[in-house]
Amino acid sequence: MILSAEKKSLLWQNYFGVTIRNDQLSIALAGNPNVGKSTIFNALTGLHQHTGNWPGKTVNNAHGSYQYQKKPFLIVDLPGTYSLLAHTVEEQIARDFLCFANPDVTVVVLDATSLERNLNLALQVFEITPNVIVCLNLMDEAKKKNLVIDVPSLERELGVPVVATAARQGKGLEELREKILQVATGLLQPTPRQIKYSSDVESALKELLPLVENITNNSLSPRWIALRLLDGDQSFLESLSNFLDIDQVSFQDWEESKCAQ
Amino acid sequence: MKNAERINSLSDLSLGSACQIVSLELSGLLRRRILDLGIVPGTLIRSIRRGPSGDPTAYLVRGTLIALRSEDASQILVRKLSNGEECV
Amino acid sequence: MCAMSSSRNLSEAYGQAEYVRKAYRNSFSDQIVADIYGNAEQITKHVLSSKGRHRIGFDQIIDNLVTSKWFGYPLMILLLVGVFWITIEGANIPSGLLASVLFAFQDQLTLGFQWLGAPDWVHGVLVLGVYRTLAWVVSVMLPPMAIFFPLFTLLEDSGYLPRIAFNLDHIFKKAKACGKQSLTMCMGFGCNAAGVTSCRIIDSPRERLIAILTNNFVPCNGRFPTLIAITSIFIGGAIASYSGIINALVISGMILLGIAVTLTVSWLLSITILKGEPSSLVLELPSYRRPKIGAVIYRSVIDRTLFVLRRAIIIAAPAGAVIWILANIYIGELSILSTVAHTLNPLGKLIGLDGFILMAFILGLPANEIVMPILIMSYLSTGSLQDFASLEELRNVLVSNGWTWLTAVNVMLFSLLHWPCATTLLTTYKETGSKKWTFLSFLIPTLIGFSACFILTQVVRMLGLA
Ligand SMILES: Nc1nc2c(ncn2[C@@H]2O[C@H](COP(=O)(O)OP(=O)(O)OP(=O)(O)O)[C@@H](O)[C@H]2O)c(=O)[nH]1
Ligand SMILES: [Mg+2]
Repeated sequence: MILSAEKKSLLWQNYFGVTIRNDQLSIALAGNPNVGKSTIFNALTGLHQHTGNWPGKTVNNAHGSYQYQKKPFLIVDLPGTYSLLAHTVEEQIARDFLCFANPDVTVVVLDATSLERNLNLALQVFEITPNVIVCLNLMDEAKKKNLVIDVPSLERELGVPVVATAARQGKGLEELREKILQVATGLLQPTPRQIKYSSDVESALKELLPLVENITNNSLSPRWIALRLLDGDQSFLESLSNFLDIDQVSFQDWEESKCAQ
Repeated sequence: MKNAERINSLSDLSLGSACQIVSLELSGLLRRRILDLGIVPGTLIRSIRRGPSGDPTAYLVRGTLIALRSEDASQILVRKLSNGEECV
Repeated sequence: MCAMSSSRNLSEAYGQAEYVRKAYRNSFSDQIVADIYGNAEQITKHVLSSKGRHRIGFDQIIDNLVTSKWFGYPLMILLLVGVFWITIEGANIPSGLLASVLFAFQDQLTLGFQWLGAPDWVHGVLVLGVYRTLAWVVSVMLPPMAIFFPLFTLLEDSGYLPRIAFNLDHIFKKAKACGKQSLTMCMGFGCNAAGVTSCRIIDSPRERLIAILTNNFVPCNGRFPTLIAITSIFIGGAIASYSGIINALVISGMILLGIAVTLTVSWLLSITILKGEPSSLVLELPSYRRPKIGAVIYRSVIDRTLFVLRRAIIIAAPAGAVIWILANIYIGELSILSTVAHTLNPLGKLIGLDGFILMAFILGLPANEIVMPILIMSYLSTGSLQDFASLEELRNVLVSNGWTWLTAVNVMLFSLLHWPCATTLLTTYKETGSKKWTFLSFLIPTLIGFSACFILTQVVRMLGLA
């Protein structure tokens, strides 16, 4: 969504309970449960969000801020989710934030010891927003398990910057800050890998795309909306129509919104 | 079906052995959850351990351990791996 | 473009999607997930290689022990007792030290106030009310919390908690609830309000409600120092040489009782107002990770200290002032405090407590930490005893107010089982969005607390044991 700074801060305040200043660059931290999101959040902000080695430690949005290269950042630690095809409260929180809050950068944190499972979420995020950085965390654990990941080739496969970290040891965080800055300021423009679905899905998508194309003023990927429609994902459609209303009723002239009646 | 005799439910899988997912006979939220964890048709899965009282069972799938109750696992149909097939 | 037109577009598209979905036989949602995972597999194949054998040996060995048929449960109980034993033994000395320092300082404060010529009531409110309550909360609450929580956090960081849920799931299933409830109960140790919030990890709304309504049966941060203090005075103290381990066993017993009540209530709810069958469990068992021991201890000691001190300042200090005032304003012969206590006395006696204890629990609604300070202050303000500095003297205060072992047990039971604190109720309201469930989360423990104490008292009295 292309929002002006004022609209954005209003939206964040009212619907996500996060206060953001107009000059702050915004970051969302997404990822599977228990991959170290809160640990990274703490390392970047110097705050002390609770962490713990079990899936589900964080169930609420937490936010904090930091400065890097004289630029102010606001970072939101989302609850861990296995997917964005949301069906529980935390998943909805995470999905709505990624879809409708429009952070300048989304950092998807992956567990290097179970790459395949974690890529599921990353690939879904890629469909929503191009401004993604993948943070490959728990590299120390992967090493202990004798797993070797070829980071440059992962970067090529995914089309987004990949930063390898061991957040608890503080390793790789400097590079993460740098990459966040570059993507947030547009210096680096990721081109995330888009999934080509099997022919059934693709042809059904083709049928639906024209209908959804003009729903959101291009603010949200029409392909993503069409996919959710095919999914029959009720909760997303509810959120979508909610946010469409917000988008229009609160931000556009009353006159305009009356015209349909 | 050609090898119908080799289609079992996941809950019948003996500890330590591996198999391949054929289909999920689950519905609703649970189906979604299981899919999201990467338990989709074709996935290899190995049963690792049972809880102290025999239930639930922990399965290794895509490198992570996931515990499922036997009622739920019994709704997941699997195919035994023939010799020489790749293991998890 | 307009709001109306775009939501019309949306519903139009939705109708079309419905149509498309029906036209294809395969389920799209399955196919979508399978395709994404297909991609994930491809990518992984390209970038991941394994140097030598995949090593899961270490996790396996620990899990073999931790979830074993024979050792799984005993190990959990051993850990519980062990953690409490270290907590109680370890807290003893710093508690005593803090108490003597803080109460010695109280005397200095009193001298200071006298020197300044401050009026009695100012000294009363500030020193006997605010300061003394703070001193109690800090010296009795802080040391056990600053030991228990680092230990607990180490367990949490190692990855043991999901194994607890794994081991206990089938018991929760029998109660028609979810094994993840045990994780929310673990969070309840820190604070029941946090425990209630963590119930979001339970997918089924019915089971989540059950977990919310029963979280209070885990004694929180504000309650179990009270439990520890009372056992130390009345039970462990009686058998001096093994007191530490006896106290740990008593506290563990209370926790187990809390768990038993949780399971029973969960089951009762499942066959009455929250009727339903157990749904399912999908629980990830993460790899063990070696905690950074130093950092964890440092962090959680600081966290807990700040937590306890903050609560002490926000809630205990003002409560101290209010109680002192209530204890020193007289209506006729009796202070307001005594008047209320006397009114409550018959009810208190019926359940083996007394009016003052019941009043302390009621006034403790904002936070459980202040129950004991309120009680002691009420006793002190009415009795002849002026002050105390050690547990031994505290014992004298309680005994001279008619406490027996039965009173002690009842106070512990009531503390474990009574209504949740105000913060927890508020959180329950936020999480459930319903006045009805919030009220039930108050009513259920209240009824259980009263009945448990009532039955125990009547039985013991009938048998002539106390
Ligand atoms: N060895 C190692 N452990 C880590 C690393 N990063 C995080 N951890 C540990 O992994 C566990 C989980 O970290 P969290 O930050 O709580 O994970 P999270 O992603 O916020 O988890 P949820 O809130 O449950 O979604 C904690 O015990 C951390 O100490 C790392 O790079 N290496
Ligand atoms: Mg977290």
